[in-house]
Amino acid sequence: MSAGEFSVLIFHTSNHAFRAEKVLKQAGIACKLVPVPRHLSSECGVCLRLAPEDQFSALEMLKTSRVEVDRAERI
Amino acid sequence: MTAQTPLYLDNAATSWPKPPVVAAAMLRFMQQIGANPGRSGHRLSIEAGRVIDSARESVCSLFNAPDPLRVVFGANVTEALNLVLYGFLRPGDHVITTSMEHNSMMRPLRHLEQEGVELTVLQCRPDGTLDTSLLQPAIRRNTVLIAMMQASNVAGTLLPVAEAGRIARQNGLLMLVDSAATAGAMPIDMAESNIDLLAFTGHKSLFGPTGTGGLVIGERVDPGRIRPLIRGGTGSRSEYEEQPAFLPDKFESGTLNVAGLAGLNAGIGWLLERGVASVQAELREKTQALIDGLKRIPGVQVYGTQDARQQTACVAFNIDGLSSSEAGFRLDEEFDIQVRIGLHCAPAAHRTFSTFPAGSVRFAPGLFTSAADIARAIAAVRQIAR
Repeated sequence: MSAGEFSVLIFHTSNHAFRAEKVLKQAGIACKLVPVPRHLSSECGVCLRLAPEDQFSALEMLKTSRVEVDRAERI
Repeated sequence: MTAQTPLYLDNAATSWPKPPVVAAAMLRFMQQIGANPGRSGHRLSIEAGRVIDSARESVCSLFNAPDPLRVVFGANVTEALNLVLYGFLRPGDHVITTSMEHNSMMRPLRHLEQEGVELTVLQCRPDGTLDTSLLQPAIRRNTVLIAMMQASNVAGTLLPVAEAGRIARQNGLLMLVDSAATAGAMPIDMAESNIDLLAFTGHKSLFGPTGTGGLVIGERVDPGRIRPLIRGGTGSRSEYEEQPAFLPDKFESGTLNVAGLAGLNAGIGWLLERGVASVQAELREKTQALIDGLKRIPGVQVYGTQDARQQTACVAFNIDGLSSSEAGFRLDEEFDIQVRIGLHCAPAAHRTFSTFPAGSVRFAPGLFTSAADIARAIAAVRQIAR
């Protein structure tokens, strides 16, 4: 995987990640739950990987649905 | 006695049988998923997390709650009530409850009363109903919460939760509802009824297994004002030694009962497909048939409103000259009918019905109770009362 190929949304808890996956999939935004890369967080849970071009609409969608996102990163 | 199949009329204690999809979902989780949700990042852990999230969503659909992340799962309704009562009330606060409450509400409140929380127990009428005009005058300067059950577990009597919720809202109080007897058995709309905190159990009319339940936290409630009952691992913020403040993690320490929640999710799904309003109509019909049949038997006293529209599927009665324990034993031994007898963990309610300390017999039919079953139960009581 080359640098910058994906966006990842990192959450405070995997409970929020599971919720986010459901919300985005229902909205037709492709995403995948993957383990949080160790260099990004000490979390033992999962984050949501998606295409960089979907990041903006995904964040908007999650804001509307009141799913809190810790931060977005590029991997 | 001729051999006959058992007739389970103890659905108010726990529903049985459950729809087959419930056990199937639990088995599927145990055999094909099995992992710990939200702790590891692998495929099976993710699948387990989806099971939990889906269960949160189902709970929201059922109660018209807007945010699945404000559904906190726990072991049962007792735990959920304890979470609110111990987490929210402080010495000097005043709380209003009713004389119909189950010990799951009454015992924590009586204990908190000793710790300096002020408590008003509104006296219900002899049929278990609550005069709503008692509510407003009971409110004091330091009142913070109205905490009440939606229906009596003794005689099924419905309490005016929506009216109490409206009064709570008007006075800036929070409204806590114990839905053990009603969740799944009648439509519940948290928004419409102004319910701020809804405690539910999974194993009764939601058809989940025992060991499932939780609390739905409404939009008006600041979770920062509620202390968790327990603290511990949540799979989140693992670098910190302090409990996270966000929901649902704040109140969900330790691994959840995922197999149980898989079953609960399937149970709620089954219920939603059937439609809760139609479930309520079915249960009403069975309940009224039971009430009418029992009332016609000389020497049988039926408690409560005796009107299925004002109660859940739970009929309390006694047979003259017979203790409730003896009646229950004979129903079980001679007629293979399983019921609950005694005080039903609700001494205050029995005082209200004037059945304390003797208690009563409780017939609690369910969705799987047939018209023939109802007739058989009535015939058995008739024979015992003879």
